[in-house]
Amino acid sequence: MITLIQTISKAVALGSIYAILGLSYVLIFKGTQVLNFAAGAISMAGALFMSIMVADAGFPFLPFSNPIAPDPGETAGMGRWLVLLLMALILGGILGLVLERVAIRPMVGQPLFALAVITLGLEIAIQPFNLDAVAISGRSIGVPWGTETWEIGGAIFPKSYLAAVVAAALSFGFVFWFYRSRFGVAMRAVAFDQEAAMAQGINVGRVFAIAWGLGAALATLAAIFFAMAPWPAAGVVSLEIHPVWVFRVLPVIVLGGLDSVVGVIYGGLLIAGFEIFAGQYLARFTGVLGPGYSTIVPYLVMLVVLLVKPYGLFGTAEIRRV
Amino acid sequence: MSFGRPLLRTSYNQDASIFPTVLQKGLAIGFVLFLSAMALDLPVFGDIPRFFLGNTWLDPVGLTLCFAIAALGLNILVGVTGQVSLGHAFFMGTGAYTAVMLGGNVGNEESWKACVPFHDNLGLLDQQGECGLGLPIWIWLPASALVAAMIGVLVSPAAVKVRGLYLAIVTIGLVFIGLHLGRMLPEIAGDFESGRKWPRLDIRLWKGDPVVEMTEDGKWFGFLELSEEQKQFFFLLAMVLLMTWLAKNLVRSRTGRALQAIRDRDVAAEVMGVPEFKYKRIGFAISSAYAGLAGALFASFTGRVSPVDFGLLLSVDFIAILLIGGAGTIAGTLMGTVFVELLPKSVEKGTAWLSGNLDAGGLLGGIANFLLTSGSAGDFGPVSISATAPGWPMSVFQWNFVIYGVLIVVFLIFEPLGLFGIWLKVRNYWKGWPFSY
Repeated sequence: MITLIQTISKAVALGSIYAILGLSYVLIFKGTQVLNFAAGAISMAGALFMSIMVADAGFPFLPFSNPIAPDPGETAGMGRWLVLLLMALILGGILGLVLERVAIRPMVGQPLFALAVITLGLEIAIQPFNLDAVAISGRSIGVPWGTETWEIGGAIFPKSYLAAVVAAALSFGFVFWFYRSRFGVAMRAVAFDQEAAMAQGINVGRVFAIAWGLGAALATLAAIFFAMAPWPAAGVVSLEIHPVWVFRVLPVIVLGGLDSVVGVIYGGLLIAGFEIFAGQYLARFTGVLGPGYSTIVPYLVMLVVLLVKPYGLFGTAEIRRV
Repeated sequence: MSFGRPLLRTSYNQDASIFPTVLQKGLAIGFVLFLSAMALDLPVFGDIPRFFLGNTWLDPVGLTLCFAIAALGLNILVGVTGQVSLGHAFFMGTGAYTAVMLGGNVGNEESWKACVPFHDNLGLLDQQGECGLGLPIWIWLPASALVAAMIGVLVSPAAVKVRGLYLAIVTIGLVFIGLHLGRMLPEIAGDFESGRKWPRLDIRLWKGDPVVEMTEDGKWFGFLELSEEQKQFFFLLAMVLLMTWLAKNLVRSRTGRALQAIRDRDVAAEVMGVPEFKYKRIGFAISSAYAGLAGALFASFTGRVSPVDFGLLLSVDFIAILLIGGAGTIAGTLMGTVFVELLPKSVEKGTAWLSGNLDAGGLLGGIANFLLTSGSAGDFGPVSISATAPGWPMSVFQWNFVIYGVLIVVFLIFEPLGLFGIWLKVRNYWKGWPFSY
């Protein structure tokens, strides 16, 4: 029973992280019709920004020091850490804006596939810098609660689980609020029909920029929370959050449908549920299934779902015309 | 046949042939002869690749030839049928592991027990590398294509239903499942990181001595004195020519036209009486067969391939080849392969050459000082030539990845038709020269 409760909480926490990252994909896809394969590199770069904020006194290549960085040898307190997190998110967002401006904007109107491959190129081009920066040992992101846990009736809950759920709730709340704001309405109009939106006087370029900025910031958020203690990275940005884990979110958005925000919540919880439960309850078959089998469970679920529903559970079926 | 006007086409048959004009035929034959002359190390010809790729240039070129076959296969799926697949590496792996099961070394009774999957909890790792049937190449090479095609048909129910980006995502899933299978079945795949022994490229009738041996220096057919690499180069070149010919003929056939109809507009193709799912499945199977063949050749040629090599990056390689070369055209695919696969090696060679000029002074020495750093204090420059410490000045190896990614982006933004498009522009410019049109 205790195992079951712990497994459920773990699945919910992982599902929240998947949902944040899935939200990043969906925002970018809805706003700009780009499937962002560069999310892995962007999120790892974002986690590195966080690590620079927390662990270094200054910024690389810039002359001035970071005024709110914790003193050397100390970890940041809760409030200060959150401010640093916000700054890291802003830096991640700026990275997204730059990438959009440099690589995506010139491609407006090109086929979807060409845009998707551009992001693959970005991923390959950014990745060496990330891997170079984390070097071998990894860089700390200074989580204030570290590896602390709560113990309730024998069941153990790491504090990071709650943090991930809160982060997901906040980001979804923000996105739902954003969709009702002026920019959000513009974004939905652009997603619906770019040309018609342009004709109504919507600045499509600005919508692109906002979508990429928000998407990159959300990817950063997801990577930071995935780098915390109960997950394999254990508090440092290292090769453990090598972008391969980001591809496990592709089943999440496929399941939810590429363009559905609500679908991401269900998709994230469902995929994480399958992954965590398979990891917990099939563990005794590891000899047959091979080590690390739980990481491919998402893909298997995705294959089965797509056989039945080719546009995912919540996606809009494409209307095909001659 | 009109020699006076080399571009004139006088009949439909001529227009539909592979080389419509004498000029094109002559160029193609001349190019193959040129390649052969380089490989035979004739006086001037042999120096050309040596300048760009170093003395061991036959290794990267052989690899390029293997990849060219796989790229031709992906071109049939992506360029001709219009289905974007990122799962090509999975099918290459399928082919490679079929080859190693059929053509690998024969073990004894004991090691055969280790060949049965799941025989125990991964306890017999020392026995790996010895399970295979030891069959000759004329069995395992076609079989690797066949098995890969069968797996392609097997997964096609999921692949033909989904469209566009959904298909790309599904095929990414395939790559990760394949990687896991490699980790799950060490009995077949060998160690996940270091791999296992691969069958050799010798052509034999049965299990006896090779008829045409390709793994030792020596005489070929009794008179041609060749090194091991040269023999393999000619074998792979022959395979590439054969597969190019098949691909070219496929595109000109009824099947090829059906595939192109689906690429241009699937609903319209269906209305015209082209069964969409059937032809998508055929496209998938043919592309997988190419991939399987290429995977078997790639693994046997390099000899040290492990499951981890058949990852997503390999699939992206082929997508990049198609985009940089020009999707949908066979000449473009081949150009793209040569460009993408040989560029890293030339960059390495160029850096080594530049580092030799560090103290030369003048412009060259200035450039070398600006770009390179040996890691000592006060020395700046983005490229590190001391291979020891990780950290900011990155090694040539890492810069190659950056260049590769940037190239994909740049080509897509500025030249969507790829190298083939550039070639068309150059050709049309010179056709009308000195007039602009």
